[in-house]
Amino acid sequence: MYKYDEYDHAMVAARVAEFSDQVRRRLAGEITEDQFKPLRLMNGLYLQLHAYMLRVAVPYGTLDSRQMRMLAHIARKYDRDYGHFTTRQNIQYNWIKLEDAPAILEDLASVEMHAIQTSGNCIRNISSDQWAGAAADEITDPRPWAELLRQWSSFHPEFSYLPRKFKIAVIAADEDRAAMRLHDIGIQIVEKDGVHGAAFYVGGGMGRTPMIAPLIKDFVPLEDMLSYAEACLRVYNRYGRRDNIYKARIKILIHELGADEYRRQVEEEFAHVKSLGIDPPKAEFDRIAKQFAPPALDASAPDAIDRSDPDFAVWVDQNVAAHKVPGHAIVNISLKPIGGIPGDASSAQIDLMADLAERYSHDELRVTHAQNIVLPHVRKADLYAIWQALDAAGLATPNLDLISDIIACPGLDYCSLANARSIPVAQKIAARFSDLGRQKELGELKLKISGCINACGHHHAGHIGILGVDRKGTENYQLLLGGSGAEDVSLGTITGPGFDEDGIVDAIERVTDRYLAERSEGERFVDTFRRVGMAPFKEAIYG
Amino acid sequence: MKLLTGNDLKTGFVTWWTGSDWSIHIEDAVDVGEHGEAILAVEEAARRVNAPYIISGEMTPDGPRPAHIKDRIRALGPTVRPDLTLKPADPAAGDWVI
Amino acid sequence: MVEHLQTGGEEPCVTLDAFLEQSNATAVRLEPDEDARALIPFLDRLALIEVAFPKFRDGRGYSSARILREAGYTGELRAQGDVLVDQIAYMKRCGFDSFAPEKPINPADVEAALTRWPAHYQGAADGAVPIWKLRHG
Repeated sequence: MYKYDEYDHAMVAARVAEFSDQVRRRLAGEITEDQFKPLRLMNGLYLQLHAYMLRVAVPYGTLDSRQMRMLAHIARKYDRDYGHFTTRQNIQYNWIKLEDAPAILEDLASVEMHAIQTSGNCIRNISSDQWAGAAADEITDPRPWAELLRQWSSFHPEFSYLPRKFKIAVIAADEDRAAMRLHDIGIQIVEKDGVHGAAFYVGGGMGRTPMIAPLIKDFVPLEDMLSYAEACLRVYNRYGRRDNIYKARIKILIHELGADEYRRQVEEEFAHVKSLGIDPPKAEFDRIAKQFAPPALDASAPDAIDRSDPDFAVWVDQNVAAHKVPGHAIVNISLKPIGGIPGDASSAQIDLMADLAERYSHDELRVTHAQNIVLPHVRKADLYAIWQALDAAGLATPNLDLISDIIACPGLDYCSLANARSIPVAQKIAARFSDLGRQKELGELKLKISGCINACGHHHAGHIGILGVDRKGTENYQLLLGGSGAEDVSLGTITGPGFDEDGIVDAIERVTDRYLAERSEGERFVDTFRRVGMAPFKEAIYG
Repeated sequence: MKLLTGNDLKTGFVTWWTGSDWSIHIEDAVDVGEHGEAILAVEEAARRVNAPYIISGEMTPDGPRPAHIKDRIRALGPTVRPDLTLKPADPAAGDWVI
Repeated sequence: MVEHLQTGGEEPCVTLDAFLEQSNATAVRLEPDEDARALIPFLDRLALIEVAFPKFRDGRGYSSARILREAGYTGELRAQGDVLVDQIAYMKRCGFDSFAPEKPINPADVEAALTRWPAHYQGAADGAVPIWKLRHG
C-alpha cells in the first residue's frame, strides 16, 4: 500500500489549513455561500437534505486497518455512528457539522486520508479494480498507475475548473470490475509484444445521457500516460461545452466531435505536451510500485476448505473468489443484508472489518463500486474464523452479485438532488427475493437503483435498472433492462411506463419469472435478455 | 401557506422560520405570506440561516405540511432510519411523508 | 506579491480580432472562447496579454495561460474579471503574473494563498519543480 512521504504529508496538511481558513472566513461572514460552495465542494463537503455531508476519498478503494478504524472513529465522534460506502469507492457521512469539518480533515490527514476533489468540477478520486493485486486474471497491479494519476491530478492548476466533474478508472484485467468504460477516462493496462501500455477509453459516463467510452488510443506507452491524460483533459477544458450543465461532460464533446476528430486533436496536443517533460521518470513509478509489492503469501498454504458447516459453505460459494496465490482467497463482504441500507455500515461493523483485515488480510481492505468491502489476501484456512466473525456482526449475507446485492444511491432519503427514494425500493426488492434458493436460481443478476437522472446508482448499467422520477409530486419508478458495467458493457433499455413503489417490485418479479421461462442452459439474465430481446419481457410486465 | 426553510450554517440542521427565529421543528413554522423574500435576505445576511428558500405548504390539524415530498422528508428525517428522525418513538411517523 | 494586484484598465488592450487585423498593438485581451494559439506568431511583440474570466467557474483561461507560456511568452499575463483569492494560486501556476479582480481582494489573503503550498505535484508554467523531481534529485 502507498505510504505518504514528507511531501504528501505536507500537501494534505496545507489543504487542511487552507480549508480551515475558508471555513473560518465563511463562519465569520467574510465570504458568501455562493463563494464558499465551490470551495467546500472541492473538499467533499455538500449541503444535503438534512445536514452537511462529507465525502471522504478512498483512493482506488484501498485502505489499511488504521485508516478503516479512523473511518469508524469519524462516524462515532462527528456523525451518527455510521457511514455510507459509495459507487465511487468512497465513504460519505450524512450528519456533519460545518464547524467540525476542519477537525475531521485533520483526523483524516493523521492516517494519510483526505476529502480532496471528491466533488467539484475537477478530477475526482481515481477508481480501480477492487481485486487489484489479488486477482488471478490481472496482468499487473493497476494501483501504482492509479496512485501516479492521483498525485498528478491533485491540485492540478489547469484542470480544477473544468466544464464538469471528471472521473478516471484504471484496470489491468480483461474482466472489468470497475465499470471502466463508463468513466470520463477509462484506462486499461494491456500487453503488446511483451510490453505493457495503456489503452485509453475516453468519453463514457452515465447520468442523463449515458455513453460507453470509445477507444481513443489502443496503446499509450506507460511513460507517456500522464502526458496523454493531460492532452485529453486540455482538449476537454478548452472545448467542452460550458453553456449547458447537462451537456458539459466530456462524453458530449466527443459525441459531438466524433471520436476520430477528438483523437486527432488529442494527438496534436499530445505531441506538444510530451515536449514539456511532465511525465515522471521510471524511478518515481518504481518508488510507488514498490509500495504495492504483493504481500508475502505462503503458496504452500492448505488449499482445502472444511465445508462441514452448511451456512459457511453457502457463503464460501457465493462471496469468496479465487486468489492468484494457491491456498488463498479473496473475501467479499456484502453490505447488503436483506432489509438493510445498501452500502451503510455502523462504526462497530467498520471496526470489525478493520480488525479482520489486520488479523487475516495483510492489513488490507478494499471498497468496491458495488458498495461492498473486500478482504483481498486471506488464507483459505482462516475463512471459517472470518465468516464466524462476520456472521456475528450481520456482515455474512451470502448474496454477492445476486439480485439482493443491490447498488442504490442514497436517494430522496438523504440527497437534495434526488427525485425519489431509492433505499426503500431496494429494501422491498430484497425482501421479495429474500429466499436464498430463489436468488441462486436466478444467478448473477445486477440490480441498480438511482433516485434521479444523475445515475449515482448506475441504473443504466444494471442487468435490471431502476430510475426514480418525480411524476407530479409523487415518486415513480422506471424500469430498464439489459445494461452492464462489466467487460460486456451495455446500456439498459427502458421497458415502458413507470410504476409506484410496490408496482416496481411486482414488475421485477414478472421479469425474473419470464427469464426463468425463457432461459437456455447456462444463460445469465442479461444473456437471455440479449438473445430474446425486450418483447417477451414487455409482454410479461404490461400484458 | 408559504413557509421558509433552510439549514443552520454551523450544524447544517434543517430549520424553519417561526416568525422571530429558526426552529428544527416544522410544527413551529409560520405562514410568511408575501414577506418571505424580505425575511430571507435579512436572515441569510445575518448568517442565522444558510441556503434558505420559500416553499408552499398547507395547514393541517397536525401542523404545517410542505407541498413537496422532499421538504416533508427534510422536516422529518430519513424515512429509512426512523431512529434518526425527529420522531424516533413514533413508528408511523414516516406515513406523514407519503 | 501584492504589487501584482492590478486595479485594471490602465493599458489599452485590443480584442483578439482587432489585434490580428491591425497588429501593431502591444496589449491584447483574450476571451475564454478565443484560441490562445492565434497569438503565438506575435508573442515577442506583446507586452501584455489579458485573459478574461467572466465567471470564475469558466476555467478555459487556465489553459490559455499555459499555452502562451509554453510557447515562450515572457510578457505580462494578466487574469482579469471574476478572479477570486481562492483561485490565484492556480492561476499563478498556469503562468499568470498579474491579477485584475473585479471585486477587491484582501492583499493579506492573496499573500496567504500564494505562500500556502509547500510544493506541487505536477509541472505547470510557473517553473516550480514538481514533487516527483524533488524526490529523485
